[in-house]
Amino acid sequence: MSLTLRIWRQNGPTAKGKMVTYKVTDISPDMSFLEMLDVLNEQLIVQGDDPVAFDHDCREGICGMCGVMINGEAHGPQQTTTCQLHMRSFKDGDKIDIEPWRASPFPVIKDLAVDRRALDRIIQAGGYISVATGTAPEAHSTPVPKKDSDAAFDAATCIGCGACVAACPNASSMLFTAAKVTHLGLLPQGQPERNDRVVNMVAQQDREGFGGCTNIGECSHACPKGISMETISRLNHDLLGALRAGARPKS
Amino acid sequence: MPLDLFTVGEPIADTKAPMDVPIGERWSERKFRGRLVNPANRRKMTIIVVGTGLAGGSAAATLGEAGYKVKSFWYQDSPRRAHSVAAQGGINAAKNYRNDGDSVHRLFYDTVKGGDFRSRENNVHRLAEVSVNIIDQCVAQGVPFAREYGGLLDNRSFGGTQVSRTFYARGQTGQQLLYGAYQALERQIAAGNVEQHARTEMLDLIMVDGRARGIVARDLVTGEISSHFADAVVLATGGYGNVFYLSTNAKGSNATAIWRAHKRGAYFANPCYTQIHPTCIPVKGDYQSKLTLMSESLRNDGRVWVPKERGDERDPREIPENERDYYLERIYPSFGNLVPRDIASRQAKNVCDEGRGVGPGGLGVYLDFAEAIERLGRPAVEAKYGNLFDMYAQITGEDPYSVPMRIYPAVHYTMGGLWVDYDLQSSIPGMFVIGEANFSDHGANRLGASALMQGLADGYFVLPSTITEYLADGPFPKVDDSHPAAVEALQGVRAQTRKLLDINGTRSPASFHRELGRLMWDLCGMERSEESLRKALDRIPEIRQEFWTNLRVTGDEGSFNQTLEHAGRVADFIELAELMCVDALHRNESCGGHFRAESQTPEGEALRDDENFAYVAAWEWTPEGQPPVLHREDLEYEYVHLAQRSYK
Repeated sequence: MSLTLRIWRQNGPTAKGKMVTYKVTDISPDMSFLEMLDVLNEQLIVQGDDPVAFDHDCREGICGMCGVMINGEAHGPQQTTTCQLHMRSFKDGDKIDIEPWRASPFPVIKDLAVDRRALDRIIQAGGYISVATGTAPEAHSTPVPKKDSDAAFDAATCIGCGACVAACPNASSMLFTAAKVTHLGLLPQGQPERNDRVVNMVAQQDREGFGGCTNIGECSHACPKGISMETISRLNHDLLGALRAGARPKS
Repeated sequence: MPLDLFTVGEPIADTKAPMDVPIGERWSERKFRGRLVNPANRRKMTIIVVGTGLAGGSAAATLGEAGYKVKSFWYQDSPRRAHSVAAQGGINAAKNYRNDGDSVHRLFYDTVKGGDFRSRENNVHRLAEVSVNIIDQCVAQGVPFAREYGGLLDNRSFGGTQVSRTFYARGQTGQQLLYGAYQALERQIAAGNVEQHARTEMLDLIMVDGRARGIVARDLVTGEISSHFADAVVLATGGYGNVFYLSTNAKGSNATAIWRAHKRGAYFANPCYTQIHPTCIPVKGDYQSKLTLMSESLRNDGRVWVPKERGDERDPREIPENERDYYLERIYPSFGNLVPRDIASRQAKNVCDEGRGVGPGGLGVYLDFAEAIERLGRPAVEAKYGNLFDMYAQITGEDPYSVPMRIYPAVHYTMGGLWVDYDLQSSIPGMFVIGEANFSDHGANRLGASALMQGLADGYFVLPSTITEYLADGPFPKVDDSHPAAVEALQGVRAQTRKLLDINGTRSPASFHRELGRLMWDLCGMERSEESLRKALDRIPEIRQEFWTNLRVTGDEGSFNQTLEHAGRVADFIELAELMCVDALHRNESCGGHFRAESQTPEGEALRDDENFAYVAAWEWTPEGQPPVLHREDLEYEYVHLAQRSYK
């Protein structure tokens, strides 16, 4: 099939960007969306033009490195990662707009690649269990109810791609933070730090400039791993409890 | 064996494992005899760790906790993206929670045998010992392993063993283990013990007075090339499967760090040992950029077949039973569809070579669930394999419940890597290599669920205990940018970067990478022969020549330039490919993932030659135009007796 692509080109974080139109032909419906961009870039390199920068790595939907807005939707029309979206979701002659994640805490590096290190800083604020190597007790010393363990796993599948932020009208990172708060908060090992974790992670996302959550739900709808809105309820519940118990964020 | 392609140097040996005590006591004894570094001195020492997968992430976190100053480097935006994240199946540990006769010794035995007797007994035994601590550590970190209704951990069985010792987190075990290590690492970053260098790629090793003292790295965002110094350098940069272009590795996975260290004097061990996984989704077209693995567990219920006639292009559902060849069941009546990875892969290749392959290009075989659906009912098959069927449907656009899946083998893991001793130190003092980047534990074939075990064993438990012996002599004299060795390394990297940009030819890095990969797959892939390898060795220098005269890299070095990154990696893959072929040619036997056509039993199975090849081939780099030097490390088997594997 043949397609018209309108792609956001921006030379650097402070450069002015614009949409540029490209045509690609002989696109197979079996190609992944990123393979379609590979075809375009191959053409551009041979012509001596600057190829379109985009992030990607595992190309099997698990590393969370890829992600662009496709016709205004994070990761495109299907609930999957951009690398797992295939061109059979489009028709011959389609016009496709491709843009980077848009959120001020995610500055553009170049073209479609953005800097998502703000998400790592939210983890640094408390998204862990403090257990130094070699200090762990025997694994079977603490049984975990299967239902809790399964729910913790569901939340833990978040790949940190940032689609939730990109999809949210407020550019809120609430689903990302809530997934980690839920994962660790459901496990017995996560209890001692539960109050501090939630207040510090929430404070960090505010410091990064992510917007507030108004329970719109675009995040969960765009999430390639289907992280549920229930995690946000759990975060709010934990946050309230932690504040009542006197937990305060580190300054 | 013709010696025109290499020369033979002095043999080498590990001198660190205490051989005067029984194997079960060697690791404890080594830790006792090794010198320690007291906490006040640790603060004075810097350790560079390159890579943040299971090995690098766990090592950087643990060394940070111990009080060293750690500098951590990775090429992605976040350490959580390292390709360990993609491992599906599980992690082995000798916990014996099933009470099914498992033990440290049995895990040790299975791993040595599974490696087709080409690994070092001492290292493998230590791996088995440490495996139990890994599970404790990960559970304490909050890794959500699968559990039973009683709240205790669940296990499953995996290829090559008769016990259930594999711990798992649905089909995303690697992801969950990596996030455990990632979170531990982020905690150390927040504590100020680990300095982070995101989107930064190591491009050379800095050696001072015969020791590894730093690296030259390029900031991939700004393009700045700079030096970083330390008392020791740890490489945890993964395997080199992307030499084949198409593999199950991530697109960015590369050999540059280990290859540049090799060129600085680190020996490269067993480069020809490559694992080819039998159940991957086949190639669709020339644009294909990577291959996706489908869990091996599918072979528990799926039946593998091809048409009996060549070139049979009928819809598989219209091919009657008596015109199908269930070749694994036919050739291996007792193991059937459950033969080990190397055998399943090679037989798929054989039937496709006969012209009986299916799908585009004839490079595929059917994995058929019709019988399983009839026997168990669709809901049962869905419950067992639903997520895999969905993934297959997503990628191929076909419904595997109604049409047989098509699968084909793909490059998955490299057992070879930089040579290390029992302390995981390379042949360069002060440079340590951990995880898939080293050669140490899997011999010629890795068993399922062992890669995650090795990465975490090395990073959490082995390296932090052994590196102290080296650091006890430190801190070493201060080195900075003005040192001649640093200046030389930095200028070398700048010159190579400039050179790649100045060629200004007509072909992209990807086109060379694809050409090299196809050549390696055809001539140094699932089956190698003297003829094919010689052909590859004639052809690779021609590709290299064309690469350095006809490459086109757009943009400049002073900015985010993914084409430039790729070009540098392809340059190294080309050189490594040549060494892989030399190693494959010199090893005139078949073992594990290395199948030489000349060395097979009358039934066509791999035939080892223990008399002549029971050694590790550690290669020393020599400047271009001179053949590499082979150093042999003899392998001795005190505890596991050499035997031929059979699955008939």
